[in-house]
Amino acid sequence: MSGTSLVTARERAIAVLGGEPDDATLRRYLHGIPGVDAVGLEQRAAGLGTRSIKTTSKQWALDKIITLIDLTTLEGADTPGKVRSLVAKAMTPDPSDATTPRVAAVCVYGDMVPYAIEALGAAHGDPDDGLISVAAVATAFPSGRASLEIKLADTAEAVAAGADEIDMVIDRGAFLAGRYGLVFDQIAAVKGACRRPDGSSASLKVILETGELVTYDNVRRASWLAILAGGDFIKTSTGKVAPAATLPVTLLMLEVVRDWHLATGQRIGVKPAGGIRSSKDAIKYLVTVAETVGEEWLVPHLFRFGASSLLNDVLLQRQKIATGHYSGADYVTID
Amino acid sequence: MSRLAVPKTYKLYIGGAFPRSESGRTYEVLAADGGFLANAAKASRKDARDAIVAARAAVAGWSGATAYNRGQVLYRIAELLEGRRAQFVAEIEQAEGVTRAAASAQVDEAIDRWIWYAGWADKFAQVTGNANPVAGPYFNISVPEPTGVVAVIVPQDSSLLGVVSAIAPALVAGNAVIAVASERFPLSAISLSEVLATSDVPKGVVNVLTGSPAEIAPWLASHADVNALDLVGAGDLDWISLEVDAAETLKRVLRPESGPDAAAPALGRISAFTETKTVWHTKSLL
Repeated sequence: MSGTSLVTARERAIAVLGGEPDDATLRRYLHGIPGVDAVGLEQRAAGLGTRSIKTTSKQWALDKIITLIDLTTLEGADTPGKVRSLVAKAMTPDPSDATTPRVAAVCVYGDMVPYAIEALGAAHGDPDDGLISVAAVATAFPSGRASLEIKLADTAEAVAAGADEIDMVIDRGAFLAGRYGLVFDQIAAVKGACRRPDGSSASLKVILETGELVTYDNVRRASWLAILAGGDFIKTSTGKVAPAATLPVTLLMLEVVRDWHLATGQRIGVKPAGGIRSSKDAIKYLVTVAETVGEEWLVPHLFRFGASSLLNDVLLQRQKIATGHYSGADYVTID
Repeated sequence: MSRLAVPKTYKLYIGGAFPRSESGRTYEVLAADGGFLANAAKASRKDARDAIVAARAAVAGWSGATAYNRGQVLYRIAELLEGRRAQFVAEIEQAEGVTRAAASAQVDEAIDRWIWYAGWADKFAQVTGNANPVAGPYFNISVPEPTGVVAVIVPQDSSLLGVVSAIAPALVAGNAVIAVASERFPLSAISLSEVLATSDVPKGVVNVLTGSPAEIAPWLASHADVNALDLVGAGDLDWISLEVDAAETLKRVLRPESGPDAAAPALGRISAFTETKTVWHTKSLL
């Protein structure tokens, strides 16, 4: 999976904004976007969550969820061994059922990328081809509190180690202070650091950390900002701040992605991350994607779940469907 | 001026809360004389699943409590039962159509039995555990540990005594319980849940389902996250196939009992839901 080129992203942003992406222009543009009807948004999300998905549709949804998971371990206590067992789980989620699909990617800290790639071996590649890619969090994840040089070095190191996707965090402090130009420039610079020597580029996921943005209006503005600056994906959260991904926030980001697609023809991905633990919740997200941007978004290069415990719940549900009786935690791995 | 009757809604007891059945179903509970007594929730397989999730979450805390503490908590339930005895006597009188004296005797026996089991909490390990003889400078000790999540089909022919006789022994060792109440006499089981909810028993340690045991039991027997199955009150069900289902996931199973001595108090009912752990330890480091 490769990212879009930086030059076209900047040109496109200038065309959309009608000027250089500095604080004043961005402020004029982002604050000109209509505000979010919070009550309507939450009601729409709640309505989408009431759909009943049963039998064969549920079976399809469960397999689809697995193919969209970024299986994640982002702990201070991560070790190469833990990453290897994560990769083993990503490649064979359920050893008792060979029909279980593989997940889309494993998501690790930058220094763990070499171990993940080594463990994946021949299975490393594009999830659209049924392989597993490696995503690395970068730019002083999860706080993003570091100088730009450190963020760029962090990113470049992960890309050089072979990461296919970079999950960066925006500077929420600068965003909330209204310094949109700074946030734009940082995203664009990180996008530049995603470039590989052969001219291709790692895909860039921009984490908005919606739990710290306080309002839906801010989430909408941050989504536009991240897309304008060249993000290939917009991602809700780091998973380290509560609330993490919620259905209304994801719906709102999907609406921005839909509007961007209508305006420019470009398809941006969305990744809700953190707090999605049950299959039931994940199915609500699938419904929301299909109803907002369309079913063609339900592919690994346009939609992902950032999750770790979700996979086990999906496997338990699959086992229930396969055997006819409820399964238990003793029949899946302990993560 | 006459008052409007305020009938009580009997619901399920799952994870410390009193939800209605997920299915929305209820059934009529009739008095001994055939008159309407109350509507009880008719639990579905999903209620059973939810109860098992709640029980599983409760196992660590309850089994991790000290034996002395578990004994105190169980004893306090008996104290609270004593305080509510008038309610239970009236319920049993109406539901079973027995005399006040007989109902009163059943409540007495239930409370006494609860106290008897509470007393075992910090004593049964001394009886069922052992210091094994070894030929070396170390101890070898066997201790009973709780099996985990225990599903119980309680005796179907009594209101309160059957429930108490079936769930109290499983609780003693630190198991979490899902009890399927008597289909004909479910009301006292739910009233007992109200006692448990206001006592010191952590939520999820006891879960009570009302409805059709024939419908719910197969889901409990085949559920992979249930560790043991007490079929004491399942004599009228197809309990052999329940036992077969339970064997698929290696559950401990107690078979049905009938007659006046069914589920009689016994140390065996406690030790049935324990697993023996054997460990060794050096006698001295010097």
